[in-house]
Amino acid sequence: MALQPCTETPPETITADLPVLKERGQREVFCGLTGIVWLHRKMQDAFFLVVGSRTCAHLIQSAAGVMIFAEPRFGTAILGERDLAGLADANDELERVVEQLLSRRPDIGTLFLVGSCPSEVIKLDLAKAAERLNHRYFPKVRILNYSGSGIETTFTQGEDACLGSMVPVLPSKSNDEPALLVVGSLADVVEDQFKRLFDQMGIGPVAFFPPRRAADLPSVGKGTKLLVAQPFLSETVRLLMKRGAELLPSPYPFGVEGTTAWLRTAADVWNIDQERFEGAIAPAVSRAKTGLERYQKVLNGRKAFLFPDSQLEIPLARFLSRECGMELIEVGTPYIDRLLMDAEISLLPAGTALSEGQDVEKQLDRCREARPDITVCGLGLANPLEAEGLSTKWSIELVFSPLHGYDQAADLAELFVRSSERRRRLTV
Amino acid sequence: MELTLWTYEGPPHVGTMRIATAMEGVHYVLHAPQGDTYADLLFTMIERRDRRPPVTYTTFQARDLGGDTAEMVKTSVRDAYNRFKPQVMLVGESCTAELIQDQPGSLAKSMGLPIPVVSLELPAYSKKENWGASETLYHLVRSLLLSAVLPPGASRPERDPAIRPKANIIGPTALGFRCRDDIQEVLKLLAEIGVDANVIAPLGATPDDLMRIPDADFNICLYPEIALTTCKWLERSFKQPTVKTVPIGVGATRDFIAEIGEVANIDVSAALRRSQADTLGNWSADRLSSMANPGASRLPWYSRSVDSTYLTGKRVFIFGDATHAIAAARIATEELGFTLVGIGTYSREFARQVREVAKQYGLEAVISDDYLAVEEAVAEASPELVLGTQMERHIAKRLGIPCAVISTPIHVQDVPARYSPQIGWEGANVIFDDWVHPLMMGLEEHLIGMFREDFEFAEGHMSHLHTAPHPTAGTSGGGVAVAVAEPMAITADLQPTEGEPSDAVSLSWSADGEAELKKIPFFVRGKVKRNTEKFASDRGITSITVDTLYEAKAAIGK
Repeated sequence: MALQPCTETPPETITADLPVLKERGQREVFCGLTGIVWLHRKMQDAFFLVVGSRTCAHLIQSAAGVMIFAEPRFGTAILGERDLAGLADANDELERVVEQLLSRRPDIGTLFLVGSCPSEVIKLDLAKAAERLNHRYFPKVRILNYSGSGIETTFTQGEDACLGSMVPVLPSKSNDEPALLVVGSLADVVEDQFKRLFDQMGIGPVAFFPPRRAADLPSVGKGTKLLVAQPFLSETVRLLMKRGAELLPSPYPFGVEGTTAWLRTAADVWNIDQERFEGAIAPAVSRAKTGLERYQKVLNGRKAFLFPDSQLEIPLARFLSRECGMELIEVGTPYIDRLLMDAEISLLPAGTALSEGQDVEKQLDRCREARPDITVCGLGLANPLEAEGLSTKWSIELVFSPLHGYDQAADLAELFVRSSERRRRLTV
Repeated sequence: MELTLWTYEGPPHVGTMRIATAMEGVHYVLHAPQGDTYADLLFTMIERRDRRPPVTYTTFQARDLGGDTAEMVKTSVRDAYNRFKPQVMLVGESCTAELIQDQPGSLAKSMGLPIPVVSLELPAYSKKENWGASETLYHLVRSLLLSAVLPPGASRPERDPAIRPKANIIGPTALGFRCRDDIQEVLKLLAEIGVDANVIAPLGATPDDLMRIPDADFNICLYPEIALTTCKWLERSFKQPTVKTVPIGVGATRDFIAEIGEVANIDVSAALRRSQADTLGNWSADRLSSMANPGASRLPWYSRSVDSTYLTGKRVFIFGDATHAIAAARIATEELGFTLVGIGTYSREFARQVREVAKQYGLEAVISDDYLAVEEAVAEASPELVLGTQMERHIAKRLGIPCAVISTPIHVQDVPARYSPQIGWEGANVIFDDWVHPLMMGLEEHLIGMFREDFEFAEGHMSHLHTAPHPTAGTSGGGVAVAVAEPMAITADLQPTEGEPSDAVSLSWSADGEAELKKIPFFVRGKVKRNTEKFASDRGITSITVDTLYEAKAAIGK
């Protein structure tokens, strides 16, 4: 399990060179383990067992522990000194812990063994461990493995790694007929909206990945068309392509323009004529435009600065500039995958300052100097910047809220208005 | 490996962050992988701080591991010094950095910075957060004061009786349980008895303040988990006595005042008398309208007033850090009249003290940082109230038991905007309200016991909290529904339970026995079931009837 560098340039470059500021230094970001915080809700029959240190356990409970769980859906197998010294056989230990867990929670259908920095550094082979545990527990429980370590993954890349681990076990498609696979965790309500639109256009069959239950895996193979709903799924998409699926490159379904382009991408493959397409989206588009109007007035001409966090930054910046009239000071993102991002980048205003990676102190200096009207950043920076008089939008919420699609376009814009609106209301 | 669903403490470097963030003029360079900056959120979100913690992380990634991670440490130290110009720098590593052994502390020390650099060795795979905080405070204080240590055999000069005694308050940190308001309360107590505060540390202190620690006559060890090691060193090095009573609860606060009286050699009898003034109610109009600080707590009278009589004998299980667990045990039993049915701590360093307290109540202390073991102990004791940490909220939810938080780990709701100390007279007021709040109100408790078929006030319902009945409190289906669910982990080996003869016959409940059991108020039903089964198996009864149930009740009492 060699450690792969996490910002290699993917081989498939689509357009010419892009001027991007690449910075190295302190990175104020989450590791991929954080994905567990929403994945455990998306797939309720799954359990996430991190193999790591007390730090890993502490991270997850600090994020999710404010909710009170009668039945936890994640936990950590904490490595002790005996494990590090090789006094305890890692496989025996893991077997014991998994047995303890599964006897407590017989309802678990899929168990993810999640790698962490400590387990990667000491080269604990969790893939092998998962294989051996499957011999024992499959088919009652399926055991999968991925890494959410900070040295390899940033925040939402944890979902990418998790979905990537599911790709090899997806059933093979029984025929070569076209079938649509929507990739990326979406809010249930958003999934239902998209499903209705696809049905109206006559696009189908449609499946969503991840499924709502880890046991209900969609099939994949020749004829599978990938419509990607989240921009951070580099590895998952490539693995699906290896299984014969075809990527439909597209902007992401944020805002009216993004959603229309996204749906259009699928409609073109299914040869849906313009009239039928327009007919299906018209009511939702007009609703969305009405909903957006009041926020466009507020955001128009204001300046936005986006710190790197989730890889949603570029699509969001595109939405903020093209649909809300905002001026982009800097669009930071932890990682740019040209394969999944070129359709978005080409929609950004020419000359947008893009940055990949981070040196947080220098970036804060740039942000303070620009005095943006809205700063999109993580929770480690939000309150400190608010105290300096800057309006912030904490970026994690962008991963946790239903924001894709037409009927959420106004909600998305509202998130960026809320903080300044709040300042306007508060008199003390 | 240890299966951990919830951890009671973070890793030791989080303890160091709590010290650094509590202070001014201290910066911490932490060798850690990308992602460990999550810890900033503990301070910016849970504690709602308005600035970033004074921590610079190296945030190495996989691609750096082949290269020179040691160089990253040096760069981070240099940049942090140039940017923040701290008076002292702490340097240490997180659990992953410990594995790659770059020796960041020694590296930083060799860089010739013009400020003290404290190198921290915190074994992340064997020690935890409070230990990390305690160790950091000790090394910080020691490295700043080492040159001022009294020569062997020297003693402190006697305090001039004309000068008021001075105390250091040692222990409050960032992310501590209610430290912010506890300090105010201690200052009030000291003011009341004519003692001045010299240095409060680490919370709000600068390195210069730490240098003034020896000027005080004695040290108040407010949170032993954090401060005891430092206080002991100060006692050895500067002959400063340590006040060890932690003033949480009315009785403990009185003892605290008395102990300071002895240590500082001052007369505190007036303050002690004042603290007794309201025990039997002194709520005349002038007292109620008085703007003066009462110098006493309302807890004694609230606890004596008749609506508190239903609290008598309520079965309580206590878990937390040692300091708060020990304090809570005393308050629960001596000041609220509860019955202690379980006590434990995750603070292994203070296990002995908690074991002694448990012994006084005829209990075996639960000394564990294993959430599952605590869950099992709570289920076994089937209490009516759990006083614990954020983690016990999960347990209490699962078992359907009311719960209040008395100790870290906490989450954002336990860093409230309002004044909410645990210490001193006002702390006792806060405690009375917070601990009684989750319990069913007396009248409702009576009526639910009397009339069991109400369409709205079903059992398990607490109308003052809007809580719906606990799912397991329902009584449908064939098996006996018990409000206290067993953790699945122990259902398998529950019969026979440990300590019982292994040849115990298998028990069954007759239909009428089962029906009668369901008439017992849900919050004690679990206990009654256990008591009855034990009573039956002790007497070789195999089928438990209505009569068995009442015989057991008569034999055992509530």
